[in-house]
Amino acid sequence: MDDLYRELIIDRYKNPLYRGVLDPHDISFEDDNPLCGDHIHIDLRIDENGLVKEAAFEGGGCAISQASADLLLESIIGKSVEDIKILTKTDVLDLLGIELGPVRLKCALLSLKVLKAGVYGLGEADDDLVE
Amino acid sequence: MDSFNGFDVNKIRADFPILQREVRPGVRLVYLDSTATSQKPLEVIQVMDQFYRQSNANIHRGIHTLAEESTALYEAARDRIAKFINAPSARQIIFTRNATEAINLVAYTWGRANLSEGDLVILTEMEHHSNLVPWHMLASERSLRLEFISVTPDGYLDLDSYRGLLELKPSLVSFTHMSNVLGTINPAQEIIQLAHQAGAVTLVDGAQSVPHFHVDVQEIQPDFLAFSAHKMLGPTGIGVLYGRKDLLEKMPPFLGGGDMIKRVHLRSFAPNEIPFKFEAGTPAIAEAVGFKAAVDYLTGVGLNNISQHEHHVVEYAMDRLEEIPGVKVFGPPAGDRGGVVAFTLQGVHPHDISQILDSDGIAIRAGHHCAMPLHEKFNIPATARASFYLYNTTAEVDQLADSIYKVKKLFGS
Repeated sequence: MDDLYRELIIDRYKNPLYRGVLDPHDISFEDDNPLCGDHIHIDLRIDENGLVKEAAFEGGGCAISQASADLLLESIIGKSVEDIKILTKTDVLDLLGIELGPVRLKCALLSLKVLKAGVYGLGEADDDLVE
Repeated sequence: MDSFNGFDVNKIRADFPILQREVRPGVRLVYLDSTATSQKPLEVIQVMDQFYRQSNANIHRGIHTLAEESTALYEAARDRIAKFINAPSARQIIFTRNATEAINLVAYTWGRANLSEGDLVILTEMEHHSNLVPWHMLASERSLRLEFISVTPDGYLDLDSYRGLLELKPSLVSFTHMSNVLGTINPAQEIIQLAHQAGAVTLVDGAQSVPHFHVDVQEIQPDFLAFSAHKMLGPTGIGVLYGRKDLLEKMPPFLGGGDMIKRVHLRSFAPNEIPFKFEAGTPAIAEAVGFKAAVDYLTGVGLNNISQHEHHVVEYAMDRLEEIPGVKVFGPPAGDRGGVVAFTLQGVHPHDISQILDSDGIAIRAGHHCAMPLHEKFNIPATARASFYLYNTTAEVDQLADSIYKVKKLFGS
């Protein structure tokens, strides 16, 4: 309990740094977690060198899902699209600094799933993206 | 004789509590009906008991310790079964009620989305009803054409007749990997290769193969594979449909309800991703846990050891049965079959054989074994069938033979 709701997670949930909509944007994608109805929408702007210049998310859900989206977007600023493609489940868990069981893992990984489906230009996000 | 390099049948028997049972006082069970359903080792019984004592909760939704535990156990079973058949991804393992439901799922979803009037489905004359009736139902709904690979008098699929049928450009070839009556092990890889060359999708009924020898989906390359837990030391009520990922992703859902959805509105829904898209409602959770324990057990013994042992027992059984005057054994020689022997005894109906064997504690099966067309082909109403698994012994085969002599004496045949 103490671990799961570290100060960082509560703080990013209450005071996110990357919440918002980017219009226009270069990449945009959204998806739901069917288990609990968490929703994440992500917009990215990519600069002329192919690096992430700006990132923003909108959505609703639990503290884990929203804080992980906020931390994930912070971590990709200045990174290339190729860097994003190789992000994994471990990267997100490292950002959160917690261990999660299979049910909450889906909450934590929703933002990564949305982000990767967006950069790959896929029509559908699926669990293979966050293995 | 029943044991070899590390495989000790008596040690295995000690793991199966039911094998200690007396059918009636002083008459120990001789279980020769594993093709219908296998017995369960103590480990499988215990993990299911432990699940209900310790971790029982519904899976996937629910943020509490028990829900996390039961979800982890359920998904660990999926991972384990994926490895067992060497599936590229656990997401290609769909839990169904049994092999029958898995085949029905394919007929209902893939079949309805892809087959239309005049399309050809190739089956075989040795199919279990579970791989016939779903296609009959779809054929009458969609006006499909069904053709059958014929069975030779000695119990093999006639591959020449198959090659001829392939020229008719089938949409699907669906066949059993191993006959539940003749025991014939069919050349799945060759049948699938030929089907693919002809542009057909393939479905393998693995109900009798996956429990008994190593089936590697990346080696034989079926598009779909169906099997049941209860025939491989696991519980009833759970089975598997393995499918090629691109096919599964394109298929419409099967049953509607909870867990198979991504979003639901009052007048519409969006389906979940695979495998959940095909798993509506609360699944057989404890059974999945038991299924994993069964696969762990089989792997621990080693499938090569199991098939070697079964081969040894079935070879001995065929020798013993064929030496009894009036007994006719159906199917190919021991070298080309799994642990199944179907036979008739001149002048005695199989039901009567089975009844008399039961008085000696011997459990065999009598009837058409859900393969009526095959019995029609051989022009017999029924057969008696003894089937063997890792826990059977040649001593049990001797008891079977002795008991058949008793039947002959009683009937004066």
